[in-house]
Amino acid sequence: MRRRRPILASLCLLLALALVRPGPAAAAKDELVIGITQFPSTLHPNIDSMMAKSYVLGMTRRPFTAYDRKWQLVCMLCVTLPTIENGLARPVDLPDGRRGVEVTYTIQPGARWGDGVPVTTKDVVFTWEIGRHPMSGVTSAEGYRRITRIDVKDERTFTVHVDRLTYEFAASGSFQLVPEHLEREAFADPAQYRFRTKFDTDPTNPGLHFGPYRIVEVASGSHIVLERNSTWYGPPPAFRRIVVRAIENTAALEANLLSGAIDYIAGELGLSLEQAMAFETRHRDRFAVAYKPGLVYEHIDLNLDNPILKDRRVREALLLAIDREKLTQSLFGGRQPVARGAIHPLDWIHADDLPAYAYDARRAAALLDEAGWTRQGGGTRLNAAGEKLTFELMTTAGNRTRELVQQVLQSQWRQVGIEVRLRNEPPRVFFGETVTKRRFPAMAMFAWLSAPESVPRTTLHSQSIPRADNNFSGQNSTGYANPEMDRLIEAIEVELDRDRRRALWHALQHLYAQDLPVLPLFFRSDSFILPRWLSGIEPTGHQYPTTLWVENWRDARP
Amino acid sequence: MSRFLVHRFLQAAALVAIMSFACYALIGLMPGDPIDLLLSSDPRLTPEDVARLKALHGLDRPLVERYLAWLEKAVHGEFGYSRLYAQPAAGVLWPRLVNTAALMGTTLVLAAGLALPIGVAAAARAGTRFDRIVNALCFAGISVPTFWLALILILVFAVSLGWLPAAGIPMARDPGVVDRLRHLVLPVATLALATLGGHVRYVRAAMVEALHQDFIRTAHAKGLAPRRVLWRHALRNALLPYVTVLALDCGTLVSGALVTETMFGYPGMGKLIFDAVMGNDYNLALLALLLVTALTVACNLAADLVYAALDPRIRQR
Repeated sequence: MRRRRPILASLCLLLALALVRPGPAAAAKDELVIGITQFPSTLHPNIDSMMAKSYVLGMTRRPFTAYDRKWQLVCMLCVTLPTIENGLARPVDLPDGRRGVEVTYTIQPGARWGDGVPVTTKDVVFTWEIGRHPMSGVTSAEGYRRITRIDVKDERTFTVHVDRLTYEFAASGSFQLVPEHLEREAFADPAQYRFRTKFDTDPTNPGLHFGPYRIVEVASGSHIVLERNSTWYGPPPAFRRIVVRAIENTAALEANLLSGAIDYIAGELGLSLEQAMAFETRHRDRFAVAYKPGLVYEHIDLNLDNPILKDRRVREALLLAIDREKLTQSLFGGRQPVARGAIHPLDWIHADDLPAYAYDARRAAALLDEAGWTRQGGGTRLNAAGEKLTFELMTTAGNRTRELVQQVLQSQWRQVGIEVRLRNEPPRVFFGETVTKRRFPAMAMFAWLSAPESVPRTTLHSQSIPRADNNFSGQNSTGYANPEMDRLIEAIEVELDRDRRRALWHALQHLYAQDLPVLPLFFRSDSFILPRWLSGIEPTGHQYPTTLWVENWRDARP
Repeated sequence: MSRFLVHRFLQAAALVAIMSFACYALIGLMPGDPIDLLLSSDPRLTPEDVARLKALHGLDRPLVERYLAWLEKAVHGEFGYSRLYAQPAAGVLWPRLVNTAALMGTTLVLAAGLALPIGVAAAARAGTRFDRIVNALCFAGISVPTFWLALILILVFAVSLGWLPAAGIPMARDPGVVDRLRHLVLPVATLALATLGGHVRYVRAAMVEALHQDFIRTAHAKGLAPRRVLWRHALRNALLPYVTVLALDCGTLVSGALVTETMFGYPGMGKLIFDAVMGNDYNLALLALLLVTALTVACNLAADLVYAALDPRIRQR
C-alpha cells in the first residue's frame, strides 16, 4: 500500500501540470472572440426581441433596410431605397378613403442562403405569411398586418401594398426574411411553428443564413460560433471565425478580456459607463474605449393623476431644481448628454431651440411658492392645509447607476424643500406591474430605447394610456393627454415632405417641453471596449447593431 | 424493508406532486408576465400584439386551469415546450444537467474527499493550534462571498498568471478531456473552497462528539491502535450526521450554482432555473424544480439506506 503512494502522488502532479499550464497566446488574427452580457433565448429573427439575438443575427443576415451610423435609412438587402421621387414608392387612394402606398423592392443580386439556394420573392411571400398569422408567435406583427398584398414581379422584385401611407414607408427593418425552402414544413401547423422552426431546432443549418457569417455551433447559455459564409454576396469579412461569448457578470466579463479569453466587449451589451471609464483609466495602453451616446433616453415619468403633479408649475420646479449638467459631469464624466426632450440631438428632427430648463433653484422655489407650497425655515414645503410637499421616486432595484442618480436628485430636491422618498423594485415587478399598470404614485425613473425619427405614439398619444379596459396596453404611463399632441403625432405619421415634417416635429418637441409630462434626464452612452488592433467597428447609437457592418471589421496590425 | 421502501416512495411521489403545484402557483403569482416585460422593452408592440401573444402563450387563462392542463400532460410524460427556448423542455434541460452534474459532482466529491481527513484530523487534535487554524480557515471559506472568491481566482490564475482559462467551458468545437478539465478547475475550486469549510465543520463536530463516547474509551482500554479507533470506530459513528448533510447537498447536483455559473459563463442548471422562473417559462422551470425535488428526496432515501449499512442498530429496527 505504501509503495503506491509515490505513484499516486506522481499521477496527481502530472494531472496538475497538464491542467495548470499557461493559456493559449492571444487569439489568432483570423478569429475574434466577442464578449456580451446576454445569451439569446431564440434565434428566430421574428420571434421575441432581444438585443443579443439582433447582435448575433446582424452577422448572419441583413434586413431590407436599416439606419446606418449617421442615422440615415439605407438599403441592405434591397438594391435601391424606394422613394416617391424614384418611383419605387407610389401613394394610392384606398377604397375606404384612406391613403395607402405601394413600395417596390429588388433583392440584392447574388443573395443566396448558406446552402446555395437563392434568396427570392418566394421567401418574401412566405415570411409575410408567417408574420401575419396570429398563431405563428411572431412578436411584432403590426408591420406584416399592414401589408394587404404582395405582387411578385420576378424572382427578385416585388411590390408590397400597405394599407397606410406614412413617412416611414421605405423602412422595412422588421421584415426579416425566413427561408421558404427550409421553413415551409415547420409552418404546416402554424400554432406549432415556434416550436418547430429550424432556427431553434437546427440553428447551424447553413440554409438559415445569408449574411457574411453563418452559425456553426450554439452552446446554449455559453457561446455561439460563426464562420464565414461562402455564399455571402458582399465584400468578404476579414475574420474567418467569430465567437460570441455570453458572460452575464460584467466584472467577470472584464476579467475575461484582460486574461485574453475574449478580445472585445461589445458596447450594445457590455460594461456600464462607469465600469468602462474605470477600465479606460487602468488599461488605456492595451484597449481603446469608444463612447457612443445613443437613443436610450433616461427620464422620469410623472404620474399626472397625482393631484400635486397635475400643477405644471410644480413639474417645472422639479426640473429646475435639479442640476443635470453637474450630475452627468460628476457621475459620467460628461459622456452622457443632458436631454432636453425625448428626441436625441443627433436626430435630424431635433429642435435646437428648446428651453434648456437649466438649474435654477431660485426660480424653482418661486414657482413652488406661487403654486401654494411655502417653506418655513429649511424644512419641507407645506400647502395651506399643512400637507407636506412629498413624492415617491421609484426605479429598478439593483441598477447602481440609477440608484446613484436617485440619491443626487433626492438631495437636490431637498434643497428647495421637496421631500422625496426612494422606493425601488426588481425590474420584473417595476416594469411588469408598476410602470405598465401606472401603479407608481408620483415618479418612475427608467429609459426608453427608440429608433431615429421614431414617432412617440405609444408613449405620448392619449390612446396609449394603459388602462384596465385596454388590458394595460400602451406605454403612456404618465397618463398624458393633450389633443394637440395627438394631432401632431397623427400629422407627423402621414407627412411625407421632410421640411413640413420637421416643422411638425419641432412643434411636438416644444409642446413636450411646455407640458412636461416627463422630466428629461440624459441620453445613455454605449461603451465599446476595443483592443487597439481591432478596427472598423462603428457604433451606431441606435437599435441596429454594429454587427450589420461586420464585414468592415479587421485586424489593423500590419 | 420493501414495505419501508414502498412507504417512502409514496411519500416522495406525494411530495413531488405538492411541489409541482407550489412551484406553478409561485411562478404564476409573480407580478407581471413575459409579455408585459416584452412590452416595456419594445414600444412597437400594439395592444393587438399583446392580446394575441398572451392568448398564444396561454397567459390569459386562469392559473389553476393552466396547471391542470400541464399536470394532465405531465403524468403522460409530456413536459411540453420551453417558452423561452422554443424547444422541448427536456431537450433544453439535458445538456445543462450534464454540465451541472459534472461541475457539482466534482465539487461534492472534492469537498467530501478533503473534508473527511481534515475534519477527522482537526477533531483528533481538538483545541490544538492545528485545530484553531483549520477552524479559522473554515470560517473564512464560509464567510467569503462566492462571487468575490470567483473573481479573485480569475484575476490571479487567469489574468495575472495566465495558467488557467477564465471561462468554465471551452469554446473549441470538440474539446478534449484535458481542455474540459482545465476549464473546470476554477469553477470547481470556487465551489469547493466555498463549501469545504461547512463540510469540515460538520465532520469535526461529529467526530469530537463520537470521540467522547464510552465505546471509544472501551476501544482504547481494549488496547486497539489509536488510528484504528479513530478511523474505524469513531469515524463510522461520526459519518451518520455527515451522510445527512451529503444527502441534502445532492440536490445541488441538479440545481446548480447560480453565482458561480454566472461568473464563469458556465451553462448550468442554476442559471437555467433562474431564467426560466424570471421568464415565466412554466414548463422548463417546473421540470427543473421537480427534478431537484425528486433527486433530493431520492438522495435522502439513499441516505436512510446508508444509515442502515453504517449502523446495525437501525437495521435491527
